[in-house]
Formats: sequence, structure tokens, C-alpha cells
Amino acid sequence: MAKVKMQNAISKVTSTATLVSTSINGDMVQFACPPNESLLDSLRNRVGLTGVKEGCGTGDCGACSVTLDGRLVCACLVLSAEVNGREIGTVEGLAVDGQLHPLQSQFIENAALQCGVCTPGFLVAADVLLKRNPNPTEEEIRYALAGNLCRCTGYDKIVRAVQAAAKEMRKK
Amino acid sequence: MRYESPNTTKAASALLADEKGVAYVLAGGTDLLVKMKLGMVEPDLVVDIKQIPAMHELQASAAGCKIGAAVSGAELGENKAMKKLWPGVVEATNLIGSDQIQSRCTMVGNLCNASPAADSVPALIAAGAKAVIVGNGKRRTIAIEKVVTGPGKTSLAKGEVIEAITLPKRTPRSGDAYLRFIPRTEMDIAVVSAGINLSIERGVVKTARVVLGAVGPTAIIVPAAAKAIIGTKLDDAALEKLAAACSAACNPIDDKRGTVEYRTRVAGVLARRAAKIAYTRAGGA
Repeated sequence: MAKVKMQNAISKVTSTATLVSTSINGDMVQFACPPNESLLDSLRNRVGLTGVKEGCGTGDCGACSVTLDGRLVCACLVLSAEVNGREIGTVEGLAVDGQLHPLQSQFIENAALQCGVCTPGFLVAADVLLKRNPNPTEEEIRYALAGNLCRCTGYDKIVRAVQAAAKEMRKK
Repeated sequence: MRYESPNTTKAASALLADEKGVAYVLAGGTDLLVKMKLGMVEPDLVVDIKQIPAMHELQASAAGCKIGAAVSGAELGENKAMKKLWPGVVEATNLIGSDQIQSRCTMVGNLCNASPAADSVPALIAAGAKAVIVGNGKRRTIAIEKVVTGPGKTSLAKGEVIEAITLPKRTPRSGDAYLRFIPRTEMDIAVVSAGINLSIERGVVKTARVVLGAVGPTAIIVPAAAKAIIGTKLDDAALEKLAAACSAACNPIDDKRGTVEYRTRVAGVLARRAAKIAYTRAGGA
């Protein structure tokens, strides 16, 4: 099934390909895709960045959260054709030189995940929040993460992990 | 599907006018891409308006405001002058979806999607906002309430595109507010909503505009509710009349979000609360 889909995508590319040249986590990346392909599909299937997940595909769950010119977006609601010349950030860009980001280590420390499908989206959304507000209240965290759904943890551990990471990052 | 990202509104309009198949305007994509994903629409042409400088204009002053069709909810909310002049309009727009959605969604998109529950629309109508429409070699400006004609339907002709929304002069001692009811605190669609804009003189309401959302096929302007509070200091009797007029104007449907009875009653409650907020913002006690 997936193979057939991929072949269809490739045949479409040869006829009406859109060429996209963009910066992803600071690296210049070029790829060709059909004009109706979502950034989510391009990131996963063409660029090989599978940290970004598809949950609902309709902008409700936030599992595909990435940044577009620094703003938090759902990659499923962005056409790849739109990101030409712009800057994308994904969960793969959080760890630097093999060192986990404080949010990542605190998610592990606080057991803020179970199945893990929502985690990359939560990490990217929380990172955007902490860049804007280094010392958020619990309420601010919950509002900022309202666009990210988790069906395992009950959110409490996620909120605590973000608070712990914020504290750690303020010390640096 | 073809994807085009023209640099001028004229070029966008020409692309839309010349397309023989199904054509859509792409601003934030938070409605269009969902419909494409669900197979509800299969566009032959998508015209991305975000490369058009005029669509990104955001001017906010007491003499008047202009909000381009590509200005996102987040950008609008970050504009301090806008927030100060028209807090109701800004709050209504910022209620749309999550932070992820706010980064992309636009007021004009919210308007043209033509949902009866659109949050920004009642606030815009209450504010006396207008839409600047470009198409077929012409430019025209119409009242916001003339844009949506029914669920999913607008009065725009083929080849027409909204370039911006304008807000009128902000007179001293005036204020606006928007409230909606949803069963949770975030990420939901209005069950009922109310937008109010009013001005006062020595504590007495001089002008008012009251608009309800999600209780009819389009947003409903309620002149009787405005009349109920004009000439008063927004005392309890006036608020009671305002609430009754709002409930009387409702024409809602029963659905999973609320019943007819519930929506009708809550419309009055929300209008009363929104009127109080608008009054306080206008400098009333």
C-alpha cells in the first residue's frame, strides 16, 4: 500500500513537481514534491525526519508540531510549496552535539511519556513557549500546550517536566 | 493541482478568474488543508496570497485600522495598538484554535470559511468592520455582514478576493468585547457567542451594536438588544431587556454542541456579560 502511494507520488512529481529549497534545523535542504503535499509528508518521506508524527492530519492533535520561521505550526496544515526559502525547526534540532535538550532530559526524568507519539510535538511546542516565556505558570503551560494531545500521561507529568526544564534552563 | 503564489492582489484575482476548475485561496490553510485532507474539496488551483505585500499590511490607529488578509491571529494579538483599540476583535480572533493554529489562521480566512460559529465574525460586525474586495478589474468595500450569506457560502464572485479588513475610527469613550461559550477552556468551537461594541457619554450608552454567533446560519445583528441599552447606564433592567432581545433573536439548531433551548438562553447571558465588559472598557463605571 505504502509502496503504491510512494510510486504515485513520484509519478506526480515528474509531471508537476514543486521544487522546495528550505532550511531545516539550520541545514539547507532541497527536494521536489507534488504541489499538494503537506510539509509533514515531505519531512517524513522525502527528508527522512521521522520525529515529526502524524496523529490526526487535521491540525487537532499537534503531533506534527514544527516551527516555521520560529512560529509553532502543525506540519500537516502547511503545504511544502509554501516553505520555499523559509526556516523549519523540528524535534531533531533540539539536541545539540549529542546532548539532550533540558526539555528532553526532563521528559525522561519525569516519565512524561508512554507511547511517545505525541512527545516530539510537545517538545517543540514547549521549546517555543520557553523561548517566549522562560518562567511560565502552570496555567500558561497548559494553555500553550492545549494544541497538543496526549492519550497516555494525563498531562500532569508533561506539565511538571516543562516546569523542571524551565527551572534548569533559567539557571544556565 | 497547481500551486501559485502571485505577488499582487490583481494577479491573484486574475488567476482565480481564469481557472476553469475548482480554485481556492490559501491564506493560513487551517481550513483549506483540513478539507483537502478529508477529501471534501479537490482544488485544481490553489492561490497562496502570502507573497502579496498588501495582504500583510497591519495598520492600527484611532483614525482607523487595516488588517491584511494574510495577517495571522498571532501577529494580530502581538500588535499592542490593535489590542488597545479593539480588544474585542483581537480576543475573538485569538480564540481560534491552538497556538499552532494561531500562527497560521487569519481573520479573512475565518470570515470566508463562513462557519456560523466563526469567532472573529460577530466581533467584526459589532465593530462596524468592512471588507476590501479586489476582483474583475474593480475594488469595492462592503460591510462585513454582507460577506457571509449562509453556512460555507459568501457573496464573493468568481475572481474576487478579500485583500484586507478595515475598522472605523475609534471614538473616545468606546469599547468592544466578545465572549463565547464552549464546554472546555480551549480548542473548541463556539456553542454560542456574542460580540458588542458601544460608546458612552457621561456614563450613558450612546451607540451600541450587538451581534450573536452560532445561533443561526449566519451571525445575527440584534438591533432590539442595542436599543435596550442605548440611553441607559447599563442598569440591571436594561441588561435584562438586552438579554431577552438576544434570546428572542436566536434561530439555532440542535447539535452535539448544544440544544436550541440551551443556546437561546446562553445567548442572553453572554450578551449581558459582554456588554458589561465593553462598558467598562469604554470608561463606564
